[in-house]
Amino acid sequence: MTDRKRTPRKPPARTPRAKTAPVQVEPDAQGLLDFYREMLFIRRFEERAARGYTQALIGGYCHLNLGEEATVVGLMSALQPTDYLFTNYREHGYAIARGIDPRRIMAELYGRVDGVSKGWGGSMHMFDTAHRMLGGYGIVGGQIPLATGAALAIDYRSGEEVVMCTMGDGTTNIGAFHESLNIASLWRLPIVYVIINNRLGMGTSVEKSSAEPELYKRGAAYQIESARVDGLDPVAVALAGKHAVEVARGGRPYLLEVVCERLRGHSVVDPAKYRSADEVASLKEHDPVHTLAARLIAQGITDEESLLTLDHEVLANVEEISTFAEASAFPDEQTLFDYNYASEVPNDSRRLPGQPLFVTTLTSGADQ
Amino acid sequence: MTLMSYRQALHDTLRSEMLRDENVFLIGEEIGVFEGSYKITAGLLEEFGEKRVRDTPIAEEGFTGAAIGAAMLGLRPVVEIMTINFSLLAIDQIVNHAAKIYGMFGGQAKVPMVIRTPGGGGQQLGATHSQNIELYYAFVPGLKVVAPSTPADAKALLIAAIRDDDPVIFLENLALYNTKGEVPNHDTPGVIGQAAVTREGHHLTLIGYSRMAHVAKKIADQLADHEGLDIEVIDLRSLRPLDRETIVESVKKTHAAVILEDDWLTYGIGAEVAASISDGAFDYLDAPVRRVAMAEVPMPYSKSLESAALPSENDVIQAIYQTLDAIGHRRIKTGPHD
Ligand SMILES: Cc1ncc(C[n+]2csc(CCOP(=O)(O)OP(=O)(O)O)c2C)c(N)n1
Ligand SMILES: [Mg+2]
Repeated sequence: MTDRKRTPRKPPARTPRAKTAPVQVEPDAQGLLDFYREMLFIRRFEERAARGYTQALIGGYCHLNLGEEATVVGLMSALQPTDYLFTNYREHGYAIARGIDPRRIMAELYGRVDGVSKGWGGSMHMFDTAHRMLGGYGIVGGQIPLATGAALAIDYRSGEEVVMCTMGDGTTNIGAFHESLNIASLWRLPIVYVIINNRLGMGTSVEKSSAEPELYKRGAAYQIESARVDGLDPVAVALAGKHAVEVARGGRPYLLEVVCERLRGHSVVDPAKYRSADEVASLKEHDPVHTLAARLIAQGITDEESLLTLDHEVLANVEEISTFAEASAFPDEQTLFDYNYASEVPNDSRRLPGQPLFVTTLTSGADQ
Repeated sequence: MTLMSYRQALHDTLRSEMLRDENVFLIGEEIGVFEGSYKITAGLLEEFGEKRVRDTPIAEEGFTGAAIGAAMLGLRPVVEIMTINFSLLAIDQIVNHAAKIYGMFGGQAKVPMVIRTPGGGGQQLGATHSQNIELYYAFVPGLKVVAPSTPADAKALLIAAIRDDDPVIFLENLALYNTKGEVPNHDTPGVIGQAAVTREGHHLTLIGYSRMAHVAKKIADQLADHEGLDIEVIDLRSLRPLDRETIVESVKKTHAAVILEDDWLTYGIGAEVAASISDGAFDYLDAPVRRVAMAEVPMPYSKSLESAALPSENDVIQAIYQTLDAIGHRRIKTGPHD
């Protein structure tokens, strides 16, 4: 058995100091443009999803990554294809940036057989083994122990992969967060916990829900190195993400806090009336897609016209994606019990709601 | 009497109980600034302030447990757990603590609290957000569990629950919030532990609670109008204690029962009701007791699969006819479902 190259297991001399990530090489012009294209794609995809909801093509709860685009692409660029991602219900953008075919993501939203989770999961539950995206999860904090366990499995097999586990700011107040960070630090698991701090739970601010509102500092309680980064800047996020992943690959968990904005309500049905007019106005200034567009133009990397052309392309592409999803079939009712158990078992209950337990004693009258 | 929605009845009752007793306070996620996920607590933060309408962090175990502790010192917390699915994160505090404290310490401390939480499904909320797991609480001695189906019962039972000296799980339902009904203007508490016969009849007893009590009444009325059938309907209203007397008396009269439930069949609430009928009315039964419940799968998101997994009105009507056929009743005329 080959031993992975990790720092030997010894208690750290002192609590790691929270710091911003060290500066690394910035992406070139092409790298910036790639970020922009991906961010714009997520933006337009999410806007289409919002429309799909009003068209009743999408049901249930639907949470969007609008405002989080730079964070999404920055973080995902820090991972290798073999690394794992666990995330929450606000995950369409992550699935896209992980490289999953966006048609399958939209088909999942529309509840169709071609969806990433075959229509079983919906908006909150995207899963794709091939791209090592091991789930969006709808229960707040549910993903954190699972991700920690995935890191345990990697460590167990002396693997070189890393797990990234994202969560919202509000999620850091659930017990599972604290239990998991403690375990990961004790056992030196290769995991990066990422707090996406959009400063709101549903409508409750970070200050009202977290006694230590500088959330990255919570790593100190578990001797986990941590940092805070500006989530409106994809480059800063990417660099901070790469550093975090490096630390984790070396066998130490890491806690990264990414500060960003939620441009709309908590989910598509939330009008966000609890936000002040000032706050809403300032959101426009903190739009990561617009900010990066301005930067690209200012640096002479591209011009307004090219960006407009790109936008038309993206919009057309997203429309095609929606058309594909809408044409995909709904799962057949016959498949309702297909995933009851992974191992077959006798006497499994495969009964539709109206069916009696024992048919033989009754004469069926109604449907003759 | 005033015509109002189930939501309004809950809201008004919380408000009037807070005005009546300053020990009553509300605690839960997003109940203040956000005005509640389902807007039951709208306006109450403004009226009563942060001391009595407490927005909590997302920490179900922590704030539910804190409410239990506060109740031990005589406060009367009304906890809102956003949906019953999230109560699983607090189940240790509810089952191992709230339910045990009175008995385990020989009656020295009471836990006068209410946990309000909605169940529901049928809105494509997927596997983790569509569960009806009130059974987990109805199973536990020391807890009381009520499940009103009408605005009037919502009011009466919420008053009773708040004034009760034991922990009461107050089950609501997403599909009931907008339903309307006449509500008495007076603040008379209902009785926890009593079912209601919401329709008298002699052909068969149809039993439900929460949303399914509504469905049962609607179908019985429909079959009376169109088919001349005379079905008795029981709204359980309380799951623990369970009013076995009312159930058994009804079945002694009708000789048959169909039970409707929004939970899973195996070990569900209906199983306990069926067992009670078997014990108390065995000699009177002319047909097996039927249950109509959810298909036993983690609820799929897709509409096609979700519809297949949920009991439909047609499923209920089929079960009723099959039961009537089994006892030899002739159908009066052809049903609209054919
Ligand atoms: C255990 C649990 N409690 C409550 C909820 C309801 N809920 C869904 S999202 C959310 C807010 C989460 O806020 P945050 O962690 O900041 O993530 P964000 O939605 O802002 O991305 C709440 C309370 C839930 N899904 N699970
Ligand atoms: Mg948040």
